[in-house]
Amino acid sequence: MPLRQGPRFAMIALWAAIACISACSRGAEQPVMVATASNFLSVAEALERDFEGQSDVAVNLVSGSTGQLYTQITHGAPYDIFLAADQRRPEMLEEAGYAQEGSRFTYAIGRLALWSRDEVGGPDGVDARLRNGDFRALAIANPDLAPYGAAAIEVLEALGLQEALQGQLVRGQNVGQVYALVATGNAEMGFVALSQMMAQGDDLQGDFWEVPSMLYAPIRQDGVLLTGSADNPAAAAFLAYLGSERARRIIARSGYGVEE
Amino acid sequence: MPDFGAVLLSLQLALVTTLVLLALGIPLAWWLSSTRSKAKPIIEAVTALPLVLPPTVIGFYLLVLFNPEAPIGGLWVSLTGGTLSFSFAGLVIASVVYSLPFMVQPLQTAFESVGRDQREAAAILRASPFDTFRSVVLPQSRRGLLTACILTFAHTIGEFGVVLMVGGNIPERTRVISIAVYEHVENIEYAEAHILSIGLLVFSFVTLLGVYALNGRYRLRVS
Repeated sequence: MPLRQGPRFAMIALWAAIACISACSRGAEQPVMVATASNFLSVAEALERDFEGQSDVAVNLVSGSTGQLYTQITHGAPYDIFLAADQRRPEMLEEAGYAQEGSRFTYAIGRLALWSRDEVGGPDGVDARLRNGDFRALAIANPDLAPYGAAAIEVLEALGLQEALQGQLVRGQNVGQVYALVATGNAEMGFVALSQMMAQGDDLQGDFWEVPSMLYAPIRQDGVLLTGSADNPAAAAFLAYLGSERARRIIARSGYGVEE
Repeated sequence: MPDFGAVLLSLQLALVTTLVLLALGIPLAWWLSSTRSKAKPIIEAVTALPLVLPPTVIGFYLLVLFNPEAPIGGLWVSLTGGTLSFSFAGLVIASVVYSLPFMVQPLQTAFESVGRDQREAAAILRASPFDTFRSVVLPQSRRGLLTACILTFAHTIGEFGVVLMVGGNIPERTRVISIAVYEHVENIEYAEAHILSIGLLVFSFVTLLGVYALNGRYRLRVS
C-alpha cells in the first residue's frame, strides 16, 4: 500500500504547487519591470525599497549594460521603463517607436571620480598622482561604449595628459569592470562613478578625487517609458515617483546630480 | 577592414596556446593514460574543471592571481616589469587554463587506445618508457594529436568571458574577436558584428566538420 501511495502523493503535491504558483501570480497587481543601467542599480534598489514602502506596486529590477538592454528592448524584452546610462539609446528608442514619445527625461547626472587604491593623502593626492603618472595602469571604461569612459577621456584631454598616459590606459567595458580592476589591484587607479565610491562608505580602500564637473560634459542618464506600457498605471506611478522630490533626494545622496 | 587586428590577435593567441598546451598536455595525458595512481581521478577532475566552470569564475580568480601584490602577479612584475593582466602573456595563461581539457582529453583517449599489450611487448624488448612512447604510442596517436590541436585552437579562438575580465580590451594587444563582436553589438554596429560573427560561425563549423570527418572517437568526456 505505501508503495502505491508514493507516486499518487507526489502527483497531488505537484498539482497543489502548480495551482499555488498560478494563483500567486494572478493575485497580485502586475509588477513594474524596470531595466536599469548597471551603474545605477544600487540607487535603483534604494528607490525600489522606498517606492514599495509607500505604494502597493511591486518593482522588478533588471540590470545590464545600456547597449545590452537596448538590444533586448528592440527584440521584444517585456520591460516597462528603461533607465539608460546615456541619452543616445533612449532617444533612438523613441525615434524608432519603441519608447513612448515625450516620456524621455534626465533622471540622474553621472559624476566622475578618480579612485586610487593606495592611500595618497586625500583627494589632492589622487589628482597629483594622476599628473605625475606615477602608476602602472589607469583603468577607464570603454569610451566607445560607456559615457563614463568618454568623460574620462575628456578629463585627460582637458588636463593635457592624454598623450603622456596613453601607454598606461587599460579599458574595462564599463565602470563596474573598472571598479573590479582597481579593487583587485590590477590597476592602481581608475575613473569610476562617484556613486560607486559613495556606496562603499567607510569600507572604501585608498582615496578618491571627485573630478570637477567643468572638466567633462555632464553625463546625462535618460529614462524612458516603453511603448507597450503606455497604458500601464503602475509604470506611470513609478515614473512620477522618479521625478518626485523624495526620489531626487535619494538620487542626489547616492552621488548623482539631478536636474534643477 | 577595421577588425583585422582583432582577428590576427585571436589567431596568434590560439596558436601560442595550442603550442604551450601541446607541450604540457602530452606528458599529462600520457601520465593519465598509464598511471595506476590513486591521484588519477583527482587530476582528471582538475583537468576537466574548465568544461564546467563558467569563464567568469576563471576570469575572476585569474584577476585575483594576477594582482601585482599577490605572489604570482608580483613575481611576473619583478621579472618583466609589466602586469599579467592586460597583457598577451596573461591571455595565454588564461587560455591555457580555459582550453586544457580540449587538449588533454582527446590525447588521453588516443594514448589509452594503444593497447597495453603493445606497450608491454616494447618493454620486454627492453625499450625504455620514453622509447615506447616515442616509437610505439605516438605514431599510433597521430589522429588523436591532430584532433586535440584542432579542438584547442578552435576553442581558444572562441574565448570570451575570461578575456573580457582580464584582458582590458586593448587594441592589438588583448582585443580578440569575441570582444570586438560584443563591442559592436553594444554599440549597435550590427553590420560589423555580422562580418565577424559569420566568419567565426563558418570557421567553427568547418573545424568541427573536419574533426568528425577525421575521426569521431575523441569526444570530450564531460560536455
